[in-house]
Amino acid sequence: MRKLALSDEILLKVEKPARYIGGEVNSVMKEKEKVDIRFAMCFPDVYEIGMSHLGMQILYDMFNRRTDVWCERVFSPWLDLNRVMRKEGIPLFALESQDPVKEFDFLGITIQFEMCYTNILQILELGGIPLYAKDRTSEDPIVIGGGPCTYNPEPLADFFDLFYIGEGETAYEELLDVYGECKSRRMSRQEFLERAAQIEGIYVPAFYDVKYHRDGTLASFTPNREAAPQTVKKQVLMDMPDSVYPLSPVVPFIKATQDRVVLEIQRGCIRGCRFCQAGMIYRPTRERNVEQLKEYARAMLKNTGHEEISLSSLSSSDYSELKELVTFLISEFKGKGINISLPSLRIDAFSLDVMSKVQDVRKSSLTFAPEAGSQRMRNVINKGLTEEDILDGAGQAFEGGWNKVKLYFMLGLPSETEEDMRAIARLADKVARRYYEIPKEKRNGKCQITASSSFFVPKPFTPFQWAPMYPAEEYKRRAAIVKEEFQAQLNRKSLRYNWHDAQTTVLEGVMARGDRRVGKVIEEAYRLGCLFDSWTESFRYDLWGKAFENTGMDLTFYTQRKRGRDELFPWDFIDVGVSRKFLWQEWERAMEETVTPNCRAQCSGCGAARFGGGVCYEGKN
Amino acid sequence: MKARIKFRKYGALRFIGHLDVMRFFQKVMRRADIPIAFTGGYSPHMVISFASPLGIGLSSDGEYFDIELTEAVASRDAVARMNEACVEGIEVLSFRKIPDEKKMTGMTILAGASYLVTPEEEVLPEDWRERFREFLSQPEIRILKQTKRSEKEVDIRPLIYGWEIREDSLYLQTAAGSAENLKPDLVMHAFLNFLGLKGDPGLFRYHRLEMYADMGEDGARRLVPLEALGKDWEITNEKEDSD
Repeated sequence: MRKLALSDEILLKVEKPARYIGGEVNSVMKEKEKVDIRFAMCFPDVYEIGMSHLGMQILYDMFNRRTDVWCERVFSPWLDLNRVMRKEGIPLFALESQDPVKEFDFLGITIQFEMCYTNILQILELGGIPLYAKDRTSEDPIVIGGGPCTYNPEPLADFFDLFYIGEGETAYEELLDVYGECKSRRMSRQEFLERAAQIEGIYVPAFYDVKYHRDGTLASFTPNREAAPQTVKKQVLMDMPDSVYPLSPVVPFIKATQDRVVLEIQRGCIRGCRFCQAGMIYRPTRERNVEQLKEYARAMLKNTGHEEISLSSLSSSDYSELKELVTFLISEFKGKGINISLPSLRIDAFSLDVMSKVQDVRKSSLTFAPEAGSQRMRNVINKGLTEEDILDGAGQAFEGGWNKVKLYFMLGLPSETEEDMRAIARLADKVARRYYEIPKEKRNGKCQITASSSFFVPKPFTPFQWAPMYPAEEYKRRAAIVKEEFQAQLNRKSLRYNWHDAQTTVLEGVMARGDRRVGKVIEEAYRLGCLFDSWTESFRYDLWGKAFENTGMDLTFYTQRKRGRDELFPWDFIDVGVSRKFLWQEWERAMEETVTPNCRAQCSGCGAARFGGGVCYEGKN
Repeated sequence: MKARIKFRKYGALRFIGHLDVMRFFQKVMRRADIPIAFTGGYSPHMVISFASPLGIGLSSDGEYFDIELTEAVASRDAVARMNEACVEGIEVLSFRKIPDEKKMTGMTILAGASYLVTPEEEVLPEDWRERFREFLSQPEIRILKQTKRSEKEVDIRPLIYGWEIREDSLYLQTAAGSAENLKPDLVMHAFLNFLGLKGDPGLFRYHRLEMYADMGEDGARRLVPLEALGKDWEITNEKEDSD
């Protein structure tokens, strides 16, 4: 029988013990003596969140296909177990073997959102691994980071030996080969890092020196040895059909946030919304083959036993074979008790038709993401959706029996005026008015329009990377204005408005565009007790404030400062394919309220065509 | 047509709660291609009902659930396929045809369950076997039982149907089901009280052995394992032959 790292007594005491026992369907067991490389893959949040992440399942599958590698999973112990492990000195372990993470060759951490940074330090500390890369020896695993936040890895630079910049499917094989060779030849940690730095997409922070100007901005960022390249190239998977895809993903015992088969239909997005990092860093847009996706769907449902399948992409309506795929899924699986969950599709006759087939119209709600209330603001952010689109779509849906609508907005966008804020409430009211145009006897009671807003955080490699942010109080003030406007609407009783927390927004802003010096704030916050910062029950803004104070760091330098056109950014050493020139041009067009067409309508020369495929070459074969 | 499935639960899977075991088996049904029937409507559900939930931390050799089938399956084949789709910690032991009447499903006819209770070392005094005999010779054993809404005092002695000492463990047969239900930790709690010791459920390991229906007539109790009320399906699966 498999051993467990935790005693019965502990497992009976903690919430959801299934988070820590492993042994799920499709989890991979190997004999540790028979592999050369042990890889601990960590998602630094609780099990249910981490297990919902497709990227982790892809890499887990890909690594374990190699006979010389055993990849296992690691998640953050929740606060209850965190206390027990510290008190009893239990080292952090991987789920499959239940062995301490410290015994592994690699600890790979996927970094999906900024508010998990203190959790990364928890992982290292519970693992018995020195927090600073410079303090690690041959006794410690190589700590490697990946995921969207590594497009600015600098706040975490001191804690990682390596970062992998880009999509995992391409360069990991080479990295593992190099490691295997170094290990068998008993080469030092340093020698391995030097060789790794020469692999495209690998960034070794210790091999770069950073200098700052007097005003605190970056003066230079230079390699300090020959092995380190001047720029690190983002990795892109260009050969989608021949890439690995996890046909037998691990099936959790407990309900994960994403408790279903996930089919990734395409990567990237043609839209080019100016606030959206994913829309820039995953360029060019690449579609998967529809026939292959049908086979994947069949195999994955069979291998997991899941009762639901969902499509994943940044903008599913832009997938050219969507109709074909959705029609297949409904005809093939609907009769077998499989739920088909459709991502937010553009609302039109087709999507309403399929939605009415797969869900109960009376219970389900429709989602629109106008992101901004006024047309002016939507032009600034390059969100193509018009008021007419929304009202037409909502109208068709209302005629079809729906009466619940969700609207997503952002507040605090660059150049936002009070008029733009108030337009959010007015747009919601117009949707409600559209509903009440339907004769009383034909409609289904009252309608329910729920608007939510999050505060905008500028991200690296977007046209808005130059945009200043506001203090937390200003975000609250803006939300209050919107709230007030909602109360002034004719249909206020059918409208609901909620908004995201402003304090996490400000911190997220620091992490997103921070430099290496931010690392010490993260460490101090962690020392003061910050953990699970993305969870409202454990988020402590007061402690974060203290961490800035104790380290003498100025939060507003990272958030509220206006950045100049030519300022050297901490992430500029990364080459994502999209040029800085294009981003600046887009920033200027935003300020002129000019819309840029999507990639399919017209190429804007962003630079991603260099990768030699995807939407850039559609119809040009 | 209906089938009754018996399974055991052990090792790490003791920490998977009842709701998750239900979800687990729903997925097993799909992976093993068991022709299970669904309810109608927008979100159809499998017709599946578990006899009695097992608490977190307990192991068992006698767990049951009943399902509705759309076509017959050979028992041997079904057991093999389901085990193929299971993981270490859950093993399907039997798959039997049971009568179609509603009143015969596991939940309705469940009347008793048996357990093996093993104290951790040095929890109990050396003469605990003697003391347990004394404990059960009492005419009544009154304890405070927590219900959803309130606490009430009940006599649990009549709910203990059988017992015996088995080396370092204690065999208990108690009432189970919707009418009367007695969990073994309540018995041990009362025993600890009787001994004047402080109670902690973590001091014992509980293992469910079997679940029973009462097939007795005229008020006489005759407990029969739930499995015994079904028959193995000995059909040759034509579909498979033709494949």
